[in-house]
Amino acid sequence: MSKQSTAYSPQKVDVLVVGGGNAALCAAITARQEGASVLVLESSPKHFRGGNSRHTRNIRYIHPAANSFLTGPYTEEECYQDLLGVTKGNTVESMARIVIRGSNNVGDWMMEQGVHFQPAMRGTLHLSRTNGFFLGGGKALINAYYARAEKLGVKIEYDATVDDLEIENDEFRAAYFQQGDKYYRVEAKAVVLASGGYQANLEWLKRSWGPTAANFLIRGTPYDKGLMLKVMMDHGAKTLGDPTQGHCVAIDGRAPKFDGGICTRLDCVPFGIAVNKECKRFYNEGEEIWPKRYAIWGRLVAGQPDQIAYIIIDSKSIDLFMPSVFPPFVSDTIEGLASQFDIDPDALKATVEEFNAHCKPTKDFDSGKPDGNATEGLEPPKTNWARPINQPPYYGYMLRPGITFSYLSLALTERCFVKKQDDTPFKNILAAGELTSGNVLGQGYMAGFGMTIGTVFGRIAGKEAACLK
Amino acid sequence: MSEIMNEAHRVTTICNACRYCEGFCAVFPAMELRRTFTDEELKYFSNLCHNCRGCYYCCQYAPPHEFQLNYPKAMAELRKETYSEFAWPGFMGKIFKNNGMAVFGITLAAIIVLLAAAIGANGVQAFFTAYTGPESFYNIIPYSVMLVVFTLIFLFSLFCLGKGMAAMWKITGSKPEVFFSLKNHIQAVKDVLVLRYLDGNGEGCNYPDDRFSFIRRKFHHATFYGFAGCFVATLIAFFYDHVMGWPAPYDFASLPVFFGTVGGIALCIGTGGLAYLKFVMDPEPYDASTTSMDNAFTSLLFLVSLSGLLLLFMRSTSLMGLMLCIHLGLVLGLFLTMPCSKFVHMVYRYAALVRNAQEQRDGKA
Repeated sequence: MSKQSTAYSPQKVDVLVVGGGNAALCAAITARQEGASVLVLESSPKHFRGGNSRHTRNIRYIHPAANSFLTGPYTEEECYQDLLGVTKGNTVESMARIVIRGSNNVGDWMMEQGVHFQPAMRGTLHLSRTNGFFLGGGKALINAYYARAEKLGVKIEYDATVDDLEIENDEFRAAYFQQGDKYYRVEAKAVVLASGGYQANLEWLKRSWGPTAANFLIRGTPYDKGLMLKVMMDHGAKTLGDPTQGHCVAIDGRAPKFDGGICTRLDCVPFGIAVNKECKRFYNEGEEIWPKRYAIWGRLVAGQPDQIAYIIIDSKSIDLFMPSVFPPFVSDTIEGLASQFDIDPDALKATVEEFNAHCKPTKDFDSGKPDGNATEGLEPPKTNWARPINQPPYYGYMLRPGITFSYLSLALTERCFVKKQDDTPFKNILAAGELTSGNVLGQGYMAGFGMTIGTVFGRIAGKEAACLK
Repeated sequence: MSEIMNEAHRVTTICNACRYCEGFCAVFPAMELRRTFTDEELKYFSNLCHNCRGCYYCCQYAPPHEFQLNYPKAMAELRKETYSEFAWPGFMGKIFKNNGMAVFGITLAAIIVLLAAAIGANGVQAFFTAYTGPESFYNIIPYSVMLVVFTLIFLFSLFCLGKGMAAMWKITGSKPEVFFSLKNHIQAVKDVLVLRYLDGNGEGCNYPDDRFSFIRRKFHHATFYGFAGCFVATLIAFFYDHVMGWPAPYDFASLPVFFGTVGGIALCIGTGGLAYLKFVMDPEPYDASTTSMDNAFTSLLFLVSLSGLLLLFMRSTSLMGLMLCIHLGLVLGLFLTMPCSKFVHMVYRYAALVRNAQEQRDGKA
């Protein structure tokens, strides 16, 4: 060790959990319930505890019947097919099935830990059968889990950033963590790594994505620096997933660099056109209903010059989508809007006019479902909701790629032990949460499934870790 | 626009783009019926807010997040402004500025006037004499004074409250016909009687800290039903005395004493509990400038019921006169300050619930 460390008190615990989000707490609670002494090291201050879970809202899980907040059954097979659909088959079936089966009625377990659910309401009804919504959202869930963990006697340290692990002969011995100006060493019989992806580590993002990553916004916690991912990679852990894959959506360009969360999303793409800074359209805005497509637009915008795009809508559409946290740009002319965005007014006008000329509405416009009103002879086409943008005032938003979490992951065994390059596991190192999402999500995303992965892997890892005490 | 109104607009815009809190109370579903907000609508929201604080503790944007979102506090600040704005007559609005001192001063003055008048009229000797039997209270304060002064002041204050509610209805841009729909009142009365919006979708609200509990709802119920019990006791007593001609005081086993005692004890527990919660609670999601208004109101209700209970037990002693004057002075203080104390929250919250009933039934603002 280059830095001088002092021994933490207690010097040794049964199970050490690195991270403080949903997966970490599921692991900590489960391990404690199995009789292990547990220490949780959360790198954020108490106010920002919970990692990205703080920004979540629901969990997808299978269940045989409707209940007070889920409107109908959701089977393993249906869930697996949904997963194949979004990942285009880019998943590991054995791991996916572990997550899906492990999620069976997991809401009941969550409620036992103090989590409260509510029925899906306006704007989220399409998920009302498959996803359980947390009353008050993810921070309320996190508050409940922390309260539960504390009551069970789990020891929790905030502002505690683990930056190194002592591993000998494939066996974890101790972790080193910084807390304030103190640097501690703590031993444990097993460690569960649940400290998230690396998406808040801008340097690493640039290494994966190239310099364009400088223009990415990080939607969630600024504390997910990928430290454990890096440490484990240095110790010969096997990783899964493309470092450029992740949950990446297009969000309002005015969002804060970190932690803007849910409110910065924009749902207006299907009702207008999206152009890049050269005023060119680049993708079919009306491919599918927005909830099924929003998670591809981050990558699309990331692929445009300067990683920026602009949505143009007219007054016919301004009330069709969820209100935005920042007001739209407004102008009575397309050119006026372009000059506010500092893009070429004539080019934008030409693009809008070309689009308008190819709109051939044949059916009644219906914002609620794909309405079949497609452009004719336009490239790229807009296959639904295509209607001329011609009713001032015109409104616009700028879009930036917003990364939620990266998929680059530690490869896991079916019991959530971290694998080495040769596919054999470390003896007492387990992992869960976003740090392991790539075991299931090769690409794409489905709503509420990050929480499923975190909860199921967290509980398995907690239980397995407790067995090593 | 005031800074407080600006802040209400800023936070409401963030909330309506997030909407994670829609399960907690009436404000968020009301918000979701709209895309933009007028000042008038925010004034309505501020009175619809029950200050359950669920939205603060689950807020991903709460301080120290850079959005600095503190919805209960923003609503409390705006609500206090609306109390001044809605007040009738206009000068009552100014009393909300330094409310604790004002309520204390008015009440103290009422006690002193009653004491001075009673002692002056009866002489010290007679004032400190033990009386028993019917009409013993009237030895201290004459029947006519009690009837006329208290009834007139009470009715005037009720009138002021009515005018305040009318002002609120107009200022918040609520439609007159919404108020005249019986359905809306049935729903609003239900919401009040069960304190629906302090129930956090079945989990309670966040007092004294981030954990859900029903403690505030229980104390508020004790206060509300205790107050209702005392009010019923007063009505029955009024009926007995002025209609049936059975003068007070009444037996321990009589209806007025039963309702008054049970109600008074509940009111003491309720207001004491609410004041205690205010003292121990996390002060972050709270507008500290309302402390004096809040405490003045709970203290006054507490003292009214405590003095009433003491009067009950001391009514056969020579201290009856003193206790009667103190109790009636406190009641007079309560009556006088009804339109210019936190008492008004009942009226405005009720009106907001009436409007909310219509909006939620229609599914539109």
